[in-house]
Amino acid sequence: MVALPEPQSQPKRGAEANAANLAVARKAIEGGARRRRWQLLSPSMIVIGVFGLFPLTITLIYSFLSPGNFGGVTWEFTTDAYVQFLFERDIFDDTLSFSTTYLSIYGRSIGLAFGATVGALLIGFPMAYFIASKPPEQRNLWLFLITLPFWTNLLIRTYAILLIIRDEGIINVSLQGMGLIDAPLGMLYTDGAVFLGLIYSYLPFMVLPLYASLEKLDFKLVEAAYDLYATRFQVLRHIIVPMAKPGIVAGCILVFIPGLGAYITPELLGGGKELMIGNLIALQFGGSRNWPFGSAAALILMVVVMLSLIVYVRYAGKERAHG
Amino acid sequence: MSENSLETMILADSVTKTFGQGDSLVRALDDVSVAIRKNEFFTLLGPSGCGKTTLLRLIAGFELPSKGTILLDGQEIGHLPPYKRPVNTVFQNYALFPHMSVARNIGFGLEMQGRPKAEVDGAIDEMLALVQMEHLAGRRTDQLSGGQQQRVALARALAPHPKVLLLDEPLSALDLKLRKEMQIELKRLQSETGITFVFVTHDQEEALTMSDRIAVMAAGQILQVGPPREIYTQPARRFVADFIGDINILEADLAASGKEVTLQGGLKMPAQLPEGLALSGRVSVAIRPEDMSFDPKGAMRGTVSNVVYFGVGSNVHVALPSGEDVTVRCAGVAPEKGAEVRIKLPAALQVLAD
Repeated sequence: MVALPEPQSQPKRGAEANAANLAVARKAIEGGARRRRWQLLSPSMIVIGVFGLFPLTITLIYSFLSPGNFGGVTWEFTTDAYVQFLFERDIFDDTLSFSTTYLSIYGRSIGLAFGATVGALLIGFPMAYFIASKPPEQRNLWLFLITLPFWTNLLIRTYAILLIIRDEGIINVSLQGMGLIDAPLGMLYTDGAVFLGLIYSYLPFMVLPLYASLEKLDFKLVEAAYDLYATRFQVLRHIIVPMAKPGIVAGCILVFIPGLGAYITPELLGGGKELMIGNLIALQFGGSRNWPFGSAAALILMVVVMLSLIVYVRYAGKERAHG
Repeated sequence: MSENSLETMILADSVTKTFGQGDSLVRALDDVSVAIRKNEFFTLLGPSGCGKTTLLRLIAGFELPSKGTILLDGQEIGHLPPYKRPVNTVFQNYALFPHMSVARNIGFGLEMQGRPKAEVDGAIDEMLALVQMEHLAGRRTDQLSGGQQQRVALARALAPHPKVLLLDEPLSALDLKLRKEMQIELKRLQSETGITFVFVTHDQEEALTMSDRIAVMAAGQILQVGPPREIYTQPARRFVADFIGDINILEADLAASGKEVTLQGGLKMPAQLPEGLALSGRVSVAIRPEDMSFDPKGAMRGTVSNVVYFGVGSNVHVALPSGEDVTVRCAGVAPEKGAEVRIKLPAALQVLAD
């Protein structure tokens, strides 16, 4: 139990004394409350510490060590992992030359994740608006249909896309059957396939937060805007989108971040030809046996994500202040 | 009112609006025709579900008529979208845009019309002054009180200078004192701007206070249209008489001439018929409690059955020999319960059409 601290001095007289005693008592109560709060928080703090901060610290330390011959690390400090990220070491004379190999992987990943986010927003927004405009008793059915794919493993779903778009898949076979094309369209193992897979995998993460904010939209506001000479597009731009902004921000974050680190989708649909960040990191801990470089790549990814989040939230916050 | 006050601004011609289908079909408006004049404060009055809000929404363009036409200043507008109609609405709960300041709310309509910024800013200032809200231009709308939100909603709807301003029970969310203030304020705005106001309410007192003319609605139909005094003193229908104020309705026989009614006790009185109606035989007549008084020379006899005191006067319930009851409003000392009284009736009795 929490013991109340002893009053600092003997009780004083009169109003002044009352005020002083009151302050002491208040401080004691506040102190107790603070301690109780920490006690209640401790389970989650322990989880965050053990499963979040601790592994992150290991990753940070490993990224500054040398790779072991058969995986793992040897305890020698070096910044090689970070140097390797930007420069190529010549095999013969050890000179460093600037290399965009890994930067381009990051660039591609950011481009694909960004594209998938925009795509998911463009597809998800009408979906969410459609559901939100249905009578309340029908909405749950539609939401159920949106979340239905989650009942199947991501790996299986990605294989399903693979089966649909491969050369012998249903699209190519039926297009050839109709005589529209002679040879199969090479859809599989392209950036387009990865893009499609990312949108498909993460679309529900976009739809659900969008729905949550559109559902709260007062339709009277839409009517009021129509009444005040706003066309359909102006209503969308000036009323619906600003009101749905929290949902748009949440949906974009929820699609962009897992999209950036996606592993299964580029592995299966991209055929591992062109790497995304997730594949690069996995490769370092597997085939390449370069744990420090894998750790460095993961940390760089984290920094990129955090920086883009900060920029995004700043931007979104500024917009709100202007409104 | 100006000299063109008798020109028609809105003409609804045989407008029917139905919702749903088959068994669940609802006739919200049933073959309604009404002409609303320029520069007039016109009120649609009726209980909830009478179709008054539906008629307003048809004029605004939020609903399209199932049948019939709506003309605005001579132009057919019944099937135009709301943003193509020179009509603005003040909504029941104001529907102010919560993500915009007071000033941007007011300027929204003009901005959407693509007016130059200087003109929009000028109109915002003018409207803020009109509703006395200059000091709150930069506020967010959720930081305003109910009355202030009401003023912003009015300013927002008036800023684009619409031909018609529609008001959908705009005062119902305000407390009594504020409501009285806003009634006067609305009337002032209407006469200052010269815009035709179409006002929807279920509050008969509000309608009587503010309107140039009132349309009383029930069950999807307009029962009577007229100035407040006419609606009050010469109700044409039983529903109108009953809905507005207190009234006594008595059975009577109307002479074939249409000039005289005979009450159940045999008392003959001059009759006043609703305009354009020829009635005869068994009818109902309506008498306001305040149009009757106790007078030893009064023509009607009865026994006081109950006296209800309410401050400025009393309502005296009198049982008539015919078995009917009437209520007489008495400003002075009321007769006691059980007293035999004589009642003086108004010069002519209003005959109801149903």
